[in-house]
Amino acid sequence: MTELSKSGAAVGEPTASSPASTSFLEVRDLKVHFPTDDGLVKSVDGLSFQLERGKTLGIVGESGSGKSVTSLGIMGLHTAGQYGKRKAQISGEIWLDGTELLTADPDHVRKLRGREMAMIFQDPLSALHPYYTIGAQIVEAYRTHHDVDKKTARRRAIEMLDRVGIPQPDKRVDAYPHEFSGGMRQRAMIAMSLVNNPELLIADEPTTALDVTVQAQILDLIRDLQKEFGSAVIIITHDLGVVAELADDILVMYGGRCVERGPAEKVFYEPRHPYTWGLLGSMPRLDRDQQERLIPVKGSPPSLINVPSGCAFNPRCPYADLPKDNVTRTVRPDLTEIGDRHWAACHLTPEQRERIWTEEIAPKL
Amino acid sequence: MTTQRTSGRRKQALAAAAVVAGLLTTAACGGSNDGGSKNGAAGFDAANKKVAQASLVKKGGTLKFGAAQDADSWDTTRGYYGFMWDFARYYSRQLVTNKAEPGKSGAQVTPDLATGLAKITDGGKTYTYTLRDGATWQDGKPITSKDVKYGIERVWAQDVLSGGPTYLKDVLDPDGKYQGPYKDKAADHLGLKAIDTPDDKTIVFHLPKANSDFEEMLSLVSASPVRQDKDTKSKYGLLPFSSGPYKFQSYNPGKDLTLVRNPQWKASSDPIRKAYPNQITIKFFSNANDLDQRLIAGDYDLDLNQTGLSPQGRTIALKQHKGNLDNPVSGYIRYAVFPQSVKPMDNIHCRNAVIYGADHVSIQTARGGPVAGGDIGTNMLPPSVPGSEGQSYDPYQIAGANKGGNVAKAKEELKACGKPNGFSTTIAVRNNKPVEVATAESLQASLKKIGVNVQIDQYDGSQTTGIIGSPSNVKKKGYGIIIMGWGADFPTVQGFGLPLWNSKYIVQSGNNNYALIKDKTIDGLFSDYVNAQDASKKAQIATQINHKVMEGGYYMPFTFERFINWRSNRLANVYTSDGYSGMYDFVNLGLKSTK
Amino acid sequence: MLAYLIRRLFAAAVMLAVIILVVFSIFFLVPKWAGVDIATSFVGKQADPAAVNAVREKLGLSDPIYSQVWEFFKGIFAGRTYAAGGDVTRCAAPCFGYSFRSEQAVWPVLTDRFPVTLALALGAAVLWLVFGVAAGVLSALKRGSLWDRSAMVVALGGVSLPIYFTGLLSLAIFSYGLKWIDAQYVPIGDSFTGWLGGMILPWITLAFLYAAMYARITRATMLEILGEDYIRTARAKGLREQTVIGKHAMRSTMTPILTMLGMDLGALIGGAILTETTFSLPGLGQKVLDSIKTQDLPFILGVTLITSVAVLIANLVVDILYAVIDPRVRLA
Repeated sequence: MTELSKSGAAVGEPTASSPASTSFLEVRDLKVHFPTDDGLVKSVDGLSFQLERGKTLGIVGESGSGKSVTSLGIMGLHTAGQYGKRKAQISGEIWLDGTELLTADPDHVRKLRGREMAMIFQDPLSALHPYYTIGAQIVEAYRTHHDVDKKTARRRAIEMLDRVGIPQPDKRVDAYPHEFSGGMRQRAMIAMSLVNNPELLIADEPTTALDVTVQAQILDLIRDLQKEFGSAVIIITHDLGVVAELADDILVMYGGRCVERGPAEKVFYEPRHPYTWGLLGSMPRLDRDQQERLIPVKGSPPSLINVPSGCAFNPRCPYADLPKDNVTRTVRPDLTEIGDRHWAACHLTPEQRERIWTEEIAPKL
Repeated sequence: MTTQRTSGRRKQALAAAAVVAGLLTTAACGGSNDGGSKNGAAGFDAANKKVAQASLVKKGGTLKFGAAQDADSWDTTRGYYGFMWDFARYYSRQLVTNKAEPGKSGAQVTPDLATGLAKITDGGKTYTYTLRDGATWQDGKPITSKDVKYGIERVWAQDVLSGGPTYLKDVLDPDGKYQGPYKDKAADHLGLKAIDTPDDKTIVFHLPKANSDFEEMLSLVSASPVRQDKDTKSKYGLLPFSSGPYKFQSYNPGKDLTLVRNPQWKASSDPIRKAYPNQITIKFFSNANDLDQRLIAGDYDLDLNQTGLSPQGRTIALKQHKGNLDNPVSGYIRYAVFPQSVKPMDNIHCRNAVIYGADHVSIQTARGGPVAGGDIGTNMLPPSVPGSEGQSYDPYQIAGANKGGNVAKAKEELKACGKPNGFSTTIAVRNNKPVEVATAESLQASLKKIGVNVQIDQYDGSQTTGIIGSPSNVKKKGYGIIIMGWGADFPTVQGFGLPLWNSKYIVQSGNNNYALIKDKTIDGLFSDYVNAQDASKKAQIATQINHKVMEGGYYMPFTFERFINWRSNRLANVYTSDGYSGMYDFVNLGLKSTK
Repeated sequence: MLAYLIRRLFAAAVMLAVIILVVFSIFFLVPKWAGVDIATSFVGKQADPAAVNAVREKLGLSDPIYSQVWEFFKGIFAGRTYAAGGDVTRCAAPCFGYSFRSEQAVWPVLTDRFPVTLALALGAAVLWLVFGVAAGVLSALKRGSLWDRSAMVVALGGVSLPIYFTGLLSLAIFSYGLKWIDAQYVPIGDSFTGWLGGMILPWITLAFLYAAMYARITRATMLEILGEDYIRTARAKGLREQTVIGKHAMRSTMTPILTMLGMDLGALIGGAILTETTFSLPGLGQKVLDSIKTQDLPFILGVTLITSVAVLIANLVVDILYAVIDPRVRLA
């Protein structure tokens, strides 16, 4: 699949030329722009991907790369909390199980939220309401989409807490978020997300706020539950290590766009974008010494108001001068298929990239 | 601290009040000025010194007073406010009292419980009265001479019953030998030697020294009888036991008071009181403007306090309801007094310089102008006091040639004082009356023209006695000018001027002789006065005292004060009385309709 | 919880004692420093020193402050006997003494006036909570809209206009001008509609001031809460917007509002001085102003004590409510 032409679809409206998606989740040319006093913030600027049931997609990028906005866009929460501020502009298409969400009735989308698609947030302490018990919050999530009495919902909540590995769930169900440890809180959050058996689970930095030892447990839990429920999962993270074992596909975002996408093993072992190389270099690895293993990507993420012309990564790219005619600074590279289901957006020739990877980058990792 | 300058907050409040006043003036509905009609108002000044609509009065109904201030006490021994004395006649009787007549004759004494005026013997030192038949208490028991004596004895109990006038005590027992009825060891608690009660109908007063105003003093409500078995001492003012036509039904201080008819009272026993209404109520307001609005709206018949409408209400009333207003002279003189302890006010020429230099018209305007403020005061004897010459005695030409201030004459006096370039001093003025402060500011402005620079010190008005009543404090603070006012307790030169001008009354605390006048001639004239039995002789001495005071340059009178008082359309038989400083005589007010 | 309560109550009692001491000190020491003698203001125009002394004696002003404070406290719990110049009065507990001016017993007056003030405060509180919070929430939800801007301008006016202005204005318009309401206080026992008529303008005037403050606080708090993660979570659960706002956001917004409400009610119960004075409402505020003007210490002390107790109770209630609303507080 290639990226849709920019002049293709009118804002928010699927046109006759865009047929209904057959994938479980398909995002087509998603753009989320926020007007501000300083200018238009192009948080997501033309993103496309697909995801099938039972599969896991890892979206990786630095903070400000647009990955969280993407997830909120799918959930229909990109404007939430924006009261009175100028509305976010969103365009493109989001197909979930045959329904285009951006043009659907907002109340219909609301009903899908929590039932068809659920979300786990980064900091479970702030994401759970401090004044309500864990049980009450899970019960509420359940009863919003199921017409059952409180008792039934409570049993369900206890069952879910048990499922996510919280000990003594019948007691802990009446505890408040602040009475839980960080890991337990995130388990409770997961229990709440999964209480309605959603088919799509979006986990936005689910382990960032947690201890390293707890991180692994949570990731294991997500994987186990995914197997059990058969959901599609999107894991959003700045840390490739988090998705290394979990994701089937990986999508690397930079400056609101996809710079590389492909099966996890391809992205890990044959990455074809200098930014992905940088991310791999900054990934902590247990088999390396402290000093060697962290090679952060130099420079800072691009401004989303004035995205650098040409390749957005060019100011930080050590190889920006290799292509001829200054093309990296003038022409935006298209996402092109470079292998089986493997795409990258880079002006370097495939040969250059392969050489650099095998000769310069891989040995250092 | 007890002294303070005008705060920003008060200015804000005044500004707010001014805006609201404007709104009120436009919001109030237009009333017709139907002077003298049967159902309407009697007309402007119709009840001032004459009786308005006496023939329209009907017996019955509820007479409704409104008030911004409660009495100091309704205990006849303790009350000192003028309106309290006026109102107390509803529930208390005296041996003698003021005539129930308008104007000057209202200030004359007439028999009440007594069958006639005193039989005066022994060179003015013995006063004998006989009590009328049929006068009873509210429980039907007759009022006896012993009740009168006991009531008067209570004046001696100043430790329990503070607050009221003490003339009777000072005259009957100047050395303070008697301890008062509460400490009286005698079984009947009637141990005061100066009063004899040979039988229940006769009472004899023995004065150690003659005092020609003694009968005036007996007309004060502090000479009312009190029944010993009904005396609740310090709590008596909460529920006095009635000897008059009305008795207390309920009284909640600061909230309301209701008097109902005393069925035991017999009209035949009382030559004074007509007792027209069935019920008399007072409602107390904490917002004077609210009270004025309700008077104008007809919710209440008159203001108990009788101190005039406030500026907003006055503006509306004068414009739209002039027929409901009376403009009596209040009996008060407003003035500046110059303490001789503060240099250079020890020098008469410096005092005169201030009197000549002041712009008396501006001061009158600051006080509200001729209608709301009063006539320009020219001397120190109120027009209602016998011996007064009114504005015709004007030694400084205050209302004449010098009314706008005579700079040349003032400079002359300054030269004579040895201060040709003027001097500096301080005006003491109480902070709780805006008009007083305005007066001080006006005086300050005009004195600047003659080189006299004055600073205004506003002191806490509730602390008058402690601040300007203390000569040492006055000297310490350098108050060269004190702004004050004074009204007569009873309309004689003694009732007005004795504490102000007699050297005996210079005391270290609670002083009223602010000028610190020590003039043997004045003291001598007062001695002559108390011994003079003849009314015309008394008036003549009063005139002389007034002249002496003015010649000393101790005082600069501002105004013979006037008020603008409201009278509702319902009121009948209304008149002002000099006996109550130009207030309406409450006791004989009636209603045109009993509804 | 019980130990906590006992500790709180003990602290409150100490606080009260300190307040009483301070009031006594202000009343006795400040005039002394200023060289003013209170007793003279209780004597008539001719204040002879013997009479002033007798009054000082009678009012107990010559006793040392500590013994006056002690007598005062004793009176509250055990009653006390007043004896001066042959006038002996037994004042039963709870004895707050007698007015220096009217000689009224203080306690019955306080209990008589308290309901007026309470009705004023509670009625106004209901109004300002309903309108203030509603306006604040609407403004927050429609931030930047015409509604928001005009509501906040009105609120600014409400906060900055003094009661004596809005009070007089409302009287001028509705009572004197249009004559819609006869704004005179009538006891509720005499006539319910009369009482309502007398209370409505004071309620509105007072509520206007407070509603303005509450609207501003509500708006600011609501905006802050709407940015919280847990609000996003609530939406992610698929809750209706009205549930998100009305339940999740409101509960958090109520915390600071309840704190304010407790303090404000506590203070108002001590007397809404300006409102009561403007509308001639016979409540505690009117009394305390009058008492300050006439240096009537027993009433000043009585009202101060009631105010302090009200504020302390309000504090306690707020703390307990806080614990009810916010479970995190319960641990502390």
